[in-house]
Formats: sequence, structure tokens, C-alpha cells
Amino acid sequence: MPVARAAKIEVSFTLNGAPVTVRALPMARLLDVLREDLRLTGTKEGCGEGECGACSVFLNGRLVTSCLVPIMQAEGARVETIEGVADQPDVVPIREAFVACNGSQCGICTPGMILATTALLRARPNPAETEVREALAGNLCRCTGYVKIFEAVARAAEARRGAAGGVR
Amino acid sequence: MRAWLPGYDLLRAKSLDAALRILADGGGETRVFAGGTDLMVLLESGDLPPGRFVSVWGLPELSGISVTDAHVTLGALTTYTEIQAHPVLRAEYPMLCEAARLTGATAIQNRGTIGGNIVNASPAADSPPALLVYGAEVELISAARGARWVGYDGFHTGYKRMDRRPDELLRAVRLPRTPGGSGAVHFYRKVGTRGAQAISKVMIAALGRRDAAGVVADCRISLGSVAPIVLRCRKTEAVCLDRPLTAEVIAAARAAVMDEVTPIDDIRSTKAYRRVVSGNLVAQFLALLAK
Amino acid sequence: MPAPLIGASVGRKEGQEKTRGAACYVDDMTLPGMLHGVTVRSRVPRGRIRGIRYEGDIPWNEFTIVTARDIPGKNVVTLLTEDQPFLADQFVNHPEEAIVLLAHTDRFLLEEARRHVAFDIDPLPPVFSIEDSLARKAVVWGEDNVMKSFLVEKGKVDDVWARADLVFEGEYETGAQEQLYIEPQGMIAQASPADGVTVWGSLQCPYYVHKALMPLFGLPPDRVRVVQMTTGGGFGGKEEYPSMIGGHAALLSWKAGGRPVKIIYDRAEDMVATTKRHPSRTRHKTALSRDGRLLGMEIDFVVDAGAYVTLSPVVLSRGTIHAAGPYRCDHVRIRSRAVATNAPPHGAFRGFGAPQSIFALERHLDRAARALGLSPEELRRRNLLRQGETTATQQEVLEKINLPSLLDLALEKSEWRRRKEEFAAHNRSGADAVKKGLGLAVFFHGSGFTGSGESYLASVVGAEAGRGGRVTVLAASTEIGQGTNTIFSQIVADALAIPYDWVEVAQPDTSRVPNSGPTVASRTAMIVGKLVETAALGLRDKLRAGGFLGVTYDDRAWAEACDRYLDLHGTLQAQAKYELPPHVKWDDKTYTGAAYGAFGWAVYVAAVSVDTVTYETRVDDFVAVQDIGRVLHPVFAAGQVEGGVAQAIGFALYENVILANGRMVNGKMTNYVMPTSVDLPPIRVFFQEVPYEYGPAGAKGVGELPMDGPAPAILNAIEDALGVSVRKIPALPEVVMEAAGCL
Repeated sequence: MPVARAAKIEVSFTLNGAPVTVRALPMARLLDVLREDLRLTGTKEGCGEGECGACSVFLNGRLVTSCLVPIMQAEGARVETIEGVADQPDVVPIREAFVACNGSQCGICTPGMILATTALLRARPNPAETEVREALAGNLCRCTGYVKIFEAVARAAEARRGAAGGVR
Repeated sequence: MRAWLPGYDLLRAKSLDAALRILADGGGETRVFAGGTDLMVLLESGDLPPGRFVSVWGLPELSGISVTDAHVTLGALTTYTEIQAHPVLRAEYPMLCEAARLTGATAIQNRGTIGGNIVNASPAADSPPALLVYGAEVELISAARGARWVGYDGFHTGYKRMDRRPDELLRAVRLPRTPGGSGAVHFYRKVGTRGAQAISKVMIAALGRRDAAGVVADCRISLGSVAPIVLRCRKTEAVCLDRPLTAEVIAAARAAVMDEVTPIDDIRSTKAYRRVVSGNLVAQFLALLAK
Repeated sequence: MPAPLIGASVGRKEGQEKTRGAACYVDDMTLPGMLHGVTVRSRVPRGRIRGIRYEGDIPWNEFTIVTARDIPGKNVVTLLTEDQPFLADQFVNHPEEAIVLLAHTDRFLLEEARRHVAFDIDPLPPVFSIEDSLARKAVVWGEDNVMKSFLVEKGKVDDVWARADLVFEGEYETGAQEQLYIEPQGMIAQASPADGVTVWGSLQCPYYVHKALMPLFGLPPDRVRVVQMTTGGGFGGKEEYPSMIGGHAALLSWKAGGRPVKIIYDRAEDMVATTKRHPSRTRHKTALSRDGRLLGMEIDFVVDAGAYVTLSPVVLSRGTIHAAGPYRCDHVRIRSRAVATNAPPHGAFRGFGAPQSIFALERHLDRAARALGLSPEELRRRNLLRQGETTATQQEVLEKINLPSLLDLALEKSEWRRRKEEFAAHNRSGADAVKKGLGLAVFFHGSGFTGSGESYLASVVGAEAGRGGRVTVLAASTEIGQGTNTIFSQIVADALAIPYDWVEVAQPDTSRVPNSGPTVASRTAMIVGKLVETAALGLRDKLRAGGFLGVTYDDRAWAEACDRYLDLHGTLQAQAKYELPPHVKWDDKTYTGAAYGAFGWAVYVAAVSVDTVTYETRVDDFVAVQDIGRVLHPVFAAGQVEGGVAQAIGFALYENVILANGRMVNGKMTNYVMPTSVDLPPIRVFFQEVPYEYGPAGAKGVGELPMDGPAPAILNAIEDALGVSVRKIPALPEVVMEAAGCL
């Protein structure tokens, strides 16, 4: 066993709007801290190498794969997970569209897919299909062939545009 | 996660000076940690050697893009997302923006940095061919010796080796303005395994310009994934420079580049494929330039 | 009467929890005192184990360590053939074979410990390819490496060669393919002599795990309990392998005095160690008349089974039965073999042998048409199977076959004729390095278990009525994304004319639900769905027989009837048990008869571009036309087809399992390349519905069908674009470039 060098550190950040402090090894993955220490299991692990996007969260408002973020770098940051955003007014129509269009089958990619869609529609409320395809290219889905996901994103975009005040 | 986590310490530098002191004090053992998009992947698979790291993520001294008449300078922590969004980069350095667009996908582009892409020193990295063609320079800084600028061409000295001392930090990258002039053709193509999130099999960044007589006045060709380092193909360029782009010249350039690359067989592709595609890409670029 | 739900696209039953991240997958579950478990594998493809060493500065006394010697019952993964151990004892037969299990509370220390277990293994000569296995370069399984073989004989094929105008031969290969469900495999177990064995996990077939765990611990059925957690995709990959992981977790828990143990594979372990699609090699020899009639077909189909039998005989069976396709041909011989190699066992993957043999046939027929100077669609049209004619196994197809109409629709929707001309002109002009092509495939896929398989399974489904008229379906059939919960609820709601929201599907838990069979073989909608309907109607009949319910009723009357029945009797349950339809008669000895109760039929068309700078192929448009009987849920059915086509595009063009000495060397998502959202074409799905008498509301199976046709359609399109014949998949750019003679 290598000689232990790292000690646990305290990391404070804002999680879904509320301040939290965790004690963890500095290189612990944000993904593991969320799932195991904070018991927020909506963030999923599909690959551990930043390829599948199932572990997507928002870090300071930007989409990141939490398997590639060491917890030390979350110090002072704003972290949002599916549990925190699911009921936000502009996310609800996205979730509804995913259900209505069958954009979620087995569901393991879904939280990440919802976050990636949220990031896209916050930046581009009316995306072209090529933009949708690029925006979701980091979120792998093995069930749908993506067709119903594109439909869900289009439907969500329309619903968000229609909802007064629902769009940021 | 296959790593034994207590074996990895990660310190936070509160300033550039603090980061440089940590690097200097570490006896060359401390490694720089930025957006984590390469190092965390190695950590996951148990392939990251244990030890001490210093996080520079978020340091303002390493962030931001500044523009002068002579240069555009990118802080080492400039992300691929920031590169794609910058109007001057989009206008004058389209190949760098295209490389950024094709690196990973959104979540990776939000964390991956230009400095990290350089220092990771992979011959398959997406940005370096564009940087080579655009005549980039990189700034290295250390507590002991201060800052120095070096040309990016020659910075990589061999597979995963580069002209950087262990206590040095890559602070910035700068690019001369309006490369190749306003009439230049910029040609970037990543031949990957798929349309997004691919690691390249072969990659080309090329820039060229013909004068009024149709003679090649500027020709810069760089290829990735075909040698231990990202390659500036000087011999191939020499075949084209000061000549009109006849079919013979294009054929000669194709042959020259197939000779100049030294690809290997690996899990992503084959030596033979990489060599032929290198030739085809150069020919495609020159055909475009000839139009 | 409420509006019928069958045929309507109702919302997914578990849609809310999945989109909120609230659905509970196995890795989301923790139990008090839980340990983590890992598997230590051989790394040697074949050899004799001499010893195990626990090295390094590891506090080994803190670990729970299990080897084959700790197994309380029988060290064999019970499935078809008793050849695969849970833990290798004296011999290893592939490089990912489990030898030692470790458990500890600290999962990082556990990984460090895993690296410090060393084996002394004397190597034995391995084989790694179909050809080497057939040539017996080393005999690594049984007496001749052949795990299973079949012979299908129809007519006298030896007599047709002499009178054929053309005898056309070809050889075709398909590679292994990883299922790549996005949720890696995992199980939690709690096991002790006092409490028996309980496992919770990501799995398709609760009763397969149940059947495997009983002999492992020597326990009776009621002392083993298997619970399916929300499962993040299966595609066949979670058909049999969960028995292995469940067994491992339970062995650790048993040794650890009943402390729960969780084993979750990381992606790398999942990719290299668990089952993948069987690689195959097929040889065709076909006799044709000048006008394109199929006179005779001789087919030699071989699959690489890997080191142990697992499901290979049944995979081989389905591949064999589908090998001659939906065509009329009086003289057919199909010889097939599953052979051993020293790679991890290959296993179930959507399509189950059929995508391999259909790839070969549909490529071969396209090439044969070219040789005859016929268009590919015309050659097929002249040989399409018609109602009342027989398949290769001499199954008389009693159902109406719509193939000519499916073909017409596919040609129309793909604008076949117009685009053929347009592409030919484009390619001729030479102005563009990108060449374009169109290709099609015609195929079928049998729904349900083969032959007498369904009567052996004798599946049972229960239905239970509760207060307020609520109905719960009790079945072991699992929701793995395909929509089991939703379609079962639709079927019940329609059968009983009650609201959709009143129907619930019980979590598959062997202590609660009967064995409705495995969730495989496109059988859940057609076979189990019908049992769900029958069981639900059983509730209604009981209420009527007892005078609780009239001939006509509304929701309220139904609810009141249930309440009154429950007041009096306490519970209201009904069951349905599968009976083979009278037309399904199968002879296992001669391999003749009705292989399946019903088939799905399909015609797929792919439009591709091949860039001759890089020889990369891109699918630009995809048309999928099929008859799957009555469509229960149009959106879900289309979703199945789109997902299947996407996986098959991966199979055809991208997904390359690189095995070196039996080990997968590209076992990462970075290096094993599945299509992303930017790589897939529009997938346009059309149904023609011919109801099947024995399916619920006339439905047949859909899950596997879309996996069969895309690969040959795409490769046929590549040939159309380049005039180059690629006969193996994945058709990587390197492969196409080599076939084009440019390497």
C-alpha cells in the first residue's frame, strides 16, 4: 500500500441552493460525494471517464460530468443536481416532454439528459436540430436511438416558449 | 474507481504565486491539476501515478482572453467553451474553434482547458495542430526563473515529452493576429471514430494562400495522431511552396506527407490507414486551395 | 366504455420517477453494515491454478475472502450445461474468469487489495478464433470444441446444383458486440444459513438468478429470493450474467456472517468480463435460376461461444432457424455449430443469433442479384414467402404475410427508384469525393421461445385486485426500459375497462410474483401480455361468478364489486398459465416444424454516404417498415425500432470489440465506440398491422426484430455507393478502404 499522503479536508459549497460542508479526501469525485455522503442518487455513474454524461450536474451553472470533478474544486461553488432542478419552472416542461415523447426508456441516462437539455434551452430557447444533436452528444443513450429525445427537446422548447415567465 | 484515493493529495493554490511556490517546493514532484478532464480519467482507471497535485482551477492570472494588434493571448485555463464563443477567435482562428467544438462534448468543453490540452502532450490532442499552424507561442513561468515565451513548434520533444521544467507552469498561449492574411484558406478535419466525443485517428490543420499568379505563397500543414508528437509537415509544405497547384504538385505533396508521417497500429486505427488518409487529407486541402 | 388504451400512446408508468432521478437502481440502495465486493480474475486465457498469493502491505485480516473452497453447495452456474463454475477451482478457461472474491467496507482499499492478489497458473494452449477452434489447434472444450450443432434439411439440396443457372458462393463475418447498457451490472446480497439468500439487482430474469442460486447454496426455492431493482438497460446482457454476480455477492455475504455485500462493476470490468454478442462466420452456397428463383441454399453457420456454454445452444438455434430468411426455397441445408474459444463466454444480445445469420443471407442475396443482373428488390420479390408456404424448418406459415406490401411501402418511403438514379448520377459525375448508396434488407424474426420452449417454460402470471378496484399485475417479466409496466397496464385497463391509473405492476420479487419466464426473445408483449390479459379477465370472471359484478359495469361498479368480494373473501387473485397454440408443433430431433407461434416481418432501407477521402460511412436516412401485429403502444413500439436500429448501426459501422489473447483491449467507452446523437440518421418507422390471433389484442413481438436488418441494408448500400463488396462487420473505415483496394 502506498504511504497515505492525503488527509480529509472540509469542503463547503452550495448544493441545490443550500449550504453544505463535507469532509472528504481532496481527490474524491464530486459524483461519489453526492451519491454516498449526501445520498443524492439521482446523479448516475455510467462510465467514470466523462463519456456517457449520466453523472452530469451543474457546477456554477455550467454542465459538467461530476465523475471528473475532484471535490476540492467544488469549494465555494454552486452545485445543482437533478433533485434540485427537477421542479424549477423551466425544467418541469422538459421532464414532462421526456415522459410524453418516451425520451426516457430505462431511465439511467435521463437525469443527465434532462440537465443537458436544460443547459441547451437556457442558452438557446429555440435550437435547430443540429444544435440539439451537438448539445446532447455527451449524453449517451442506448435505448432510444435519440429520436424520441430530439422530439422531447423540441416539444419542451415549444412549451417553455409558450410558458409566460417560464423562460430565463 | 480503481485508485487508492489517500494516495492522491490535491492542494489548492489561492494565487499564481502560491501555485508556483508549491511547484518549486515539491522538488519537481508536484503536478498541476486544471479541469481534470484527462487526469480524472486516469485516476478512475487506476493509471494515474499517486502523489501530490496542485489545483490551479479558477486562478484569474491564468484565465481570460486578451486581444492586442499583434496577438491574441489565451490564459492557460481558457476552456473549449470560451474558445468557441470568442468573436476574434471565431473570425481569425476558425480551426482552433473547430478543434474546441470537436473536443469531447459540452460538459468536457466546460472543463477542458487549452493549457491542459498542450501539457497533456497527447499526439491525438485536438487543438495542437491548429496551434502549430497558427504559429503559437507558449509562456512558461516558475518561481525561480520567472516567465519565458517559447515557440510552440518544437515545444513537444517526443512522446509525452516537452520543453517544460517540473517547476514551470504553462501560463498562456499567444497567437499572431490574422494568420496567413485575409485571403487564406483554413482547413481543419478530424478523422475520428465517430462524429462527437471521438479520439482522432488522423487529424489535419492546414492553412494556405496563393498569390495573384496562383502560386502558393503560404502553406502550413500539421497532422495529429500520425507521429509521437503532433507534426508540422515542413517537407510536404516545401513541395508546395512557390509552386502552382498542378495535379503533379498535389500528387508530390501527397507522396511527401505519406513519407513524412510515422504512424503506428493501435486500438483506434492502423498504420496503413493513417498513412493513406494523411495523403488524402493533404490532397483534399490542396485541391481546396487550388479552387 | 372508456376509450381503448391499446393503440394509444399513454405516458410511461414510471416516467415521473425516472425524470426526477428518483427511480431506485441497485447502486442507489444501501443497507446497514454493507460491505463492498470485488472480483479477482485470472488474466490467463487457459491454465491450471497452482496457487493464490495475498501480497503487499494490505491488512488482509480485515477482508472477507472467498474462493471456490468456500462454496456451500454446487460450484456451477446452473443454466443449460453444467460447465461454468462461479469461481474457478483447478482450471481457468478464459482471462476474465473469477478466482477470488474480496469484500471490505472501504472500497478504495478494496481496489488496492485486488491489485495484490496474485495467481500461480501453469498455462495451457488456448484457441482464440473460430477457425483455430474448428481445426482443433487445441481442444479446449469437450472432445472437439463443438458445444452444439444443428442440421436443418429440407428437400434435397445436393440435387439442385447441377440444374442451377448460377451457383453463387460467399463467406461473411460478424464481430462481437457489447450490449453497453448505460447502467453497469451490479447486485446486492444478504445471505446466511439462518435467513437464506436474498439478492437485489439489475437484471432481466429474476427466476434465472433464483434457479442458479438454489444449487450454489443447496437451498430450497422458498429460501432464495431475487428482487429486480430499476434496471438501466439490458439488451440480453443482463439475461444470464446477473446469476454470476448475484452468486458472488451472496457468497461473500454468506462468508461475512450475513452482512450485506454490494458488487457494482465499473464500466471497464463490465465491458471486458460480461457477455457480448457471438462473433460469427457464415458460408453460403446458393443455386439460382436465370430468372432469379432460389432453387437451393446450403448454409454453414458457426458462432464463437467463448469458454463456456451459457446460452450458446439457443443463440445458435435462433441463428440457424433464421439463416434462410423469409424466402421460398424447396431445398435447404443449414449446418451450424457453436465452438469454444478461450474468451469470456459470449451470450445473449438482442436478436440472439439472428442478426448474424441474417447479415450473411441479406448480403449474399444482394451480391447474387448483382451476379444475375437483377435488381436487389426484384430478386427478393420473386422469392418472398407467401401464406401457406414453408420456411427452412418446414413451418407452414398460417398467418397472412404482408411482405410484398412491406417491400412496396419501404421502396416508396425511401424514394428508392428516384434516389437510386440520383445517387448513380452523383457517383458517376466524379465531382464529389463522397459517394452515395442505397441498400435494403428483407427479414423476419420469430417471437417467443423457439419450438417447444414456451411449453417447457409454462409461464404463469397472476393478477390481484385490491380495495377501490385497484389491480396489480404479478409477473416476473421485468421493465428494462422497453415498457413492460406500461403495456401490461394498458392491457389490464382495456381488458377490465378500468382506468389506467388503477393498474399497477408489482416489482418483480420471486417471493411475491409467479414465474412468467425470462424477459427475452421478444416474448413479453406477445406471450406474457396475453397471460396478463387472461389473468385480469380471471378477476372479472370470479366477480361475476360470485354475483358481485354484472355483465355491464362502470368504474364504480367494478370498485364496489372488488370491495365487497374482499370483505367476504379477504383476497381476490387470478392466474393464467401458458398453453402452446395448437399450430405450434415442433420436433427437436429433426429440427422441423413450427419454430415460432408468429413472426415479425420487415423491410429496411438505408441510404449512406461514403467519403472516399477517409472511407468513413455515414447513414443519412433510414426507413424501417414492419409488421409486428397489432401495435399496442405506437410511441413505445417506434421507440423499440429506433433504439434497435441505432444499436444495429453501431453493430454495422462502429462497434469493434478488439480481443487480444481472449481479452477485450478496448474496454472503455472512449475506445469502444457506440453512436452518439450526432452519428445517427433520422430513423423513419412505419407499421403495417396484421393482428396475430394468439397475441394480446393481436400483438406480436418487436424488441429484437429491428436489430436484424440494418447491418446488411447498410453494407448493401456501401456496395451500391462504391461498387466494393464488404463482407464483414463492423465495416470500419479501415475495412472499407482495404476492400476498395486503397490500402
